[in-house]
Amino acid sequence: MPSAKRAASMALAAALTFAAPSLQAYTVYVTNEKDNTVSVIDSSKLEVIKTLKVGQRPRGVALTKDEKWLLICTSDDNNVQVWDTETLQLVKTLPSGPDPELFILHPAGNPLYVANEDDNLITVIDIGSNNVVAEIPVGVEPEGLGISPDGSLLVATSETTNMAHFIDTTSHAIIDNVLVDSRPRVAEFTPDGTQVWVSTEIGGKVSVIDPKSRKILAKIGFEIPGINPDAIQPVGVRMTRNGKLAFVALGPANRVAVIDTATFKVEKYLLVGQRVWQLAFTPDDKLLFTTNGASSDVSVIDVERLRVVRSIKVGRYPWGVVVARH
Amino acid sequence: MPTFLPSAAARRLSRRVGLGALGVWLVLVLVGLATTLMAATEPSTKSGAAPRQAIAILLARERRDLPPPLSLLDMPAANDAVAGAELAINDNNTTGRFLNQDFALEVVQDLSADALVTEVAARVGQGTSFVVLDVRPQTVLALADRLKDAPVLLLNAAATDDALREEDCRRNVVHTAPSRSMLADALAQYLVWKRWRRWFLVTGPDSADAAFAAAVRRGAKRFGGKIVQERTFNLDLGNRRADGGHEQIQEQMPSFSQNVPDYDVLVVADESGQFGDYLPYRTWDARPVAGTQGLVPTSWHPALEQWGASQFQNRFVRLANRSMRPLDYNVWVAIRSIGEAAARTRANRADALIAYLRSEEFELAAFKGRKLSYRSWNGQLRQPILLGTPKLTVTVSPQPGFLHQTSELDTLGPDKPESVCKAYASP
Repeated sequence: MPSAKRAASMALAAALTFAAPSLQAYTVYVTNEKDNTVSVIDSSKLEVIKTLKVGQRPRGVALTKDEKWLLICTSDDNNVQVWDTETLQLVKTLPSGPDPELFILHPAGNPLYVANEDDNLITVIDIGSNNVVAEIPVGVEPEGLGISPDGSLLVATSETTNMAHFIDTTSHAIIDNVLVDSRPRVAEFTPDGTQVWVSTEIGGKVSVIDPKSRKILAKIGFEIPGINPDAIQPVGVRMTRNGKLAFVALGPANRVAVIDTATFKVEKYLLVGQRVWQLAFTPDDKLLFTTNGASSDVSVIDVERLRVVRSIKVGRYPWGVVVARH
Repeated sequence: MPTFLPSAAARRLSRRVGLGALGVWLVLVLVGLATTLMAATEPSTKSGAAPRQAIAILLARERRDLPPPLSLLDMPAANDAVAGAELAINDNNTTGRFLNQDFALEVVQDLSADALVTEVAARVGQGTSFVVLDVRPQTVLALADRLKDAPVLLLNAAATDDALREEDCRRNVVHTAPSRSMLADALAQYLVWKRWRRWFLVTGPDSADAAFAAAVRRGAKRFGGKIVQERTFNLDLGNRRADGGHEQIQEQMPSFSQNVPDYDVLVVADESGQFGDYLPYRTWDARPVAGTQGLVPTSWHPALEQWGASQFQNRFVRLANRSMRPLDYNVWVAIRSIGEAAARTRANRADALIAYLRSEEFELAAFKGRKLSYRSWNGQLRQPILLGTPKLTVTVSPQPGFLHQTSELDTLGPDKPESVCKAYASP
């Protein structure tokens, strides 16, 4: 929507010393791993408007397709909590298998795929009926999950096996395994589904894989003057909806890399808070929120200007982040 | 229940394997049970047509008969080292089932040095190429020299002696156990960061204690600590246990530590654990204790949960029904290193795996927040060192501000320009 875009950039221009608020009020949910809370942020005010007390060790977080429910991996409770986004009340818990860390919803809205780090399994859950549909054995410590836009292919990374497992979502069979660098954390498909990007935290790289041939098309490395290469540990990966830019959170390097997806070149490093892990865009792609665990804050990146415009204090050790339309 | 085991004292625990009472040596062959179990649920892979590769790894443990530790909590598990090996084999096999690689563990233990060297040499003669060692330093050398022309890699998981990495280094040995200097440097960096620079160094009567003390002196000089006084602990404390005992220790320890120039920390060098644990809360001056007891530098801590270590610890507890000790970790790292080399090279030939393990490309994720690799100049595993109290990790070295031009991990232990290891200089 060009008019909304223009209005937003006008608002940005008007707010010189003020951080650039998104024109529209989206709701940002941030899980705070150490506090057992979720911080609720209003994207137009860039302020925490509410803090929810949730289950123990909240990490991965997602919204259902209709955005009625907020799903939270409450790892130390060994389940997934379901919260009503209207009333901000706990609705129910889902059986997730032990120590759920990250999950992803099928683009159709159901089922939910959960990575059970402790059991070397991906658990497939029907979120309506609470039934476990399937369990898929993968490598040691599954973590990252990415799903193709058409929902046919699930990619799960296993941290100690150092693989991206390609899983057919109909048969739940593994069709291939791609060895990547050490400790793969996140798998993210490009919006057109032609590539899947896998970050490797200890390897310090992002592997770009062709989901058809399962060949590694490129390995993206990072170099930041004055930062020891060991401290560059890519985790969260997100792409703009037009597929042009990728943002990669670099952990204890305290930077988010901005990558041109056409050239795989790093265009810019944005300085954010400490130990940045997960990322989420607003639905209009104007703002990107980053969770900075060690500094207990969220950095807000203006996506058009590629600048960090605000940091928002949240709970301790923020981990996951998701943005709702309302 | 605290079951902390300082790495400096790992040998002390490992040398008293419970099997000693049997009076016979035992050879266990544990073909990865997990592999068999997994075969039942093996997921389909595209590489199913490729031939399977078998990789056998031998864990060799020397019998060391020494007195029991001061604390009941430090009683060693009979399967110290072995449980770490089993977990690593399981982890390797979970990856291996996707790559058609099968790892199997063989254990030779409870043998005296000579018998062990003979047995290991025989197995190497039958084709074993990877031997993980939980043996005394002199036995590391005996094995390295006996096997110097064999296509074999020895992985030292227990001996911390700096000499094995430096003047007595051998081309066919890598070390997953940290050296004493790495441990002492890790402690020195933290004490200096904490601005506790003045140390009172107390050394036990053993040669190992003297070696640890030498590493502490080196660390002090390197990072800016000052040893204000040194004393040797020579009191004969008698048997570790009697009905009663605290009455006398409570008198002995204050008088031993009296009249010391003002200091910040008592640093103790007591590798065999004969008196160090008596020092905390009993010194003449109210001072913390660090070194081989108190705040201890170690390769692993059973309560570490950072960097994904929770799942690793859980897996270990499920397997062994106890918490992971530093020796278990050192063995796990050794066997995972072989697994990593096999996965990356897709090979099982010893020369290919050894070359990869030593190469610049090698990197191992091992729950310490950064990649581990082997130093090209002496085969020592480059790794962060944890500093822990019996219950928790206090910090991890290298400390902030101790910089290095290539890897901050190389601020721990002898760096490349200082190394006198010649065997690695000419490959």
